[in-house]
Amino acid sequence: MAKYIDLTQDNFDATIAEGVTMVDFWAPWCGPCRMIAPVVEELAEDFDGKAKICKVNTDEQQEISVKYGIRSIPAILFFKDGELVDQVVGAASKDAFADKINAQLA
Amino acid sequence: MLDCAIIGGGPAGLTAGLYATRGGLQNVTIFDDGVLGGQITKSSEIENYPGFFDNTKTGLDFMESWQKQCFAFGLKHEYKRVKRIEKKEEHFNVFFENGERVEAMTVIVATGSTPRRAGFNGEDEFYGKGVSTCATCDGFFYKDKPVTVLGGGDTALEEAFYLSNICSDVYVVHRRDEFRAAPPTLNRAIKKENIHLITNSVIEEAYGGMMGLDGVKIKNTQTDEITDMKNTGLFVFVGLNVNNEVLKDEEGKFICETNEQGQVVVDLNMNTSLKGLFVAGDLRINAPKQVVSAAGDGAITALQVISYLQEMQ
Repeated sequence: MAKYIDLTQDNFDATIAEGVTMVDFWAPWCGPCRMIAPVVEELAEDFDGKAKICKVNTDEQQEISVKYGIRSIPAILFFKDGELVDQVVGAASKDAFADKINAQLA
Repeated sequence: MLDCAIIGGGPAGLTAGLYATRGGLQNVTIFDDGVLGGQITKSSEIENYPGFFDNTKTGLDFMESWQKQCFAFGLKHEYKRVKRIEKKEEHFNVFFENGERVEAMTVIVATGSTPRRAGFNGEDEFYGKGVSTCATCDGFFYKDKPVTVLGGGDTALEEAFYLSNICSDVYVVHRRDEFRAAPPTLNRAIKKENIHLITNSVIEEAYGGMMGLDGVKIKNTQTDEITDMKNTGLFVFVGLNVNNEVLKDEEGKFICETNEQGQVVVDLNMNTSLKGLFVAGDLRINAPKQVVSAAGDGAITALQVISYLQEMQ
């Protein structure tokens, strides 16, 4: 079963550098983040081999959060070949996330 | 065909699902696009739901135990966003955003409400970049920093108290000179040293740059005096708008009777003006917007659905 990738300061830049990547900025104390966690897990399976589905724990990875100006979570950022191309703030539907990934894959 | 389609998975929808399935209906599905549990999952505390009195638990902790119970009797859930509903002879068509459709004998709409925007300059621009409607989500980004809270009701003062344990100072801006919040909630806020209540005032502007909000300008409505606060966090709790979009037809007209605020007119059994369509929770007229009353509505709708289906047979 495909699983999402946990990103840290060490692997962030290398992971987003190529292809389409979705990054979910979350924290354990954030209710809506925990609510969308199953959606992120399903997306990791659905897009296995097509797009990278990742998570950043904003408590542990504060430098990445500061770099991208994250002040509200969940914040879901979409990257293509290393560039930030789209983002969603707040919980949304699985379809909404999938549409944004597909738009970058097209 | 579904016995009942429930739209929305907050306290009203979940309770409707529990009562409908436990009451013997075999084919009941909740359609919600991901965030089961509703608005209360964003809340830092829940003190007024009888039987649950634990101030170490958040709204999310509270709703997690609901899921297990409500799904124990065969209720199903699909991650789908509903676009609209139409009545076709004796049954309903439920259309989804992704183009799919499902048929149901009855529909319970429990789509609730969402936090209202206050309408000051910069609110939309900095939403998610310093302007927030969720203290439990975003409070920690302002650890040991000052923040502003806008609003004077229960939610505003509860969340101000939550923030006061994380942030250095909490400035509560309220347009009136008296607060609507319940006395215990207000007194607790008054006693907290780092909560500062600023009455007769509004947010004139939220300003900032590429990295988000840098500060807020607060205007005293009596003197027109402007105070500049370099607070990078602004939490807005100024009431709720009902989510009634799914009740509009293709031409944008409501399929059942609503009032001027877009709330759905129901009787004491949660019947709408369209037979077989029921509404529960924040979306209905005169809703107290409380978890306990939403749950009560959910139970009523499910019992009504069961007797409606029996009469049809």
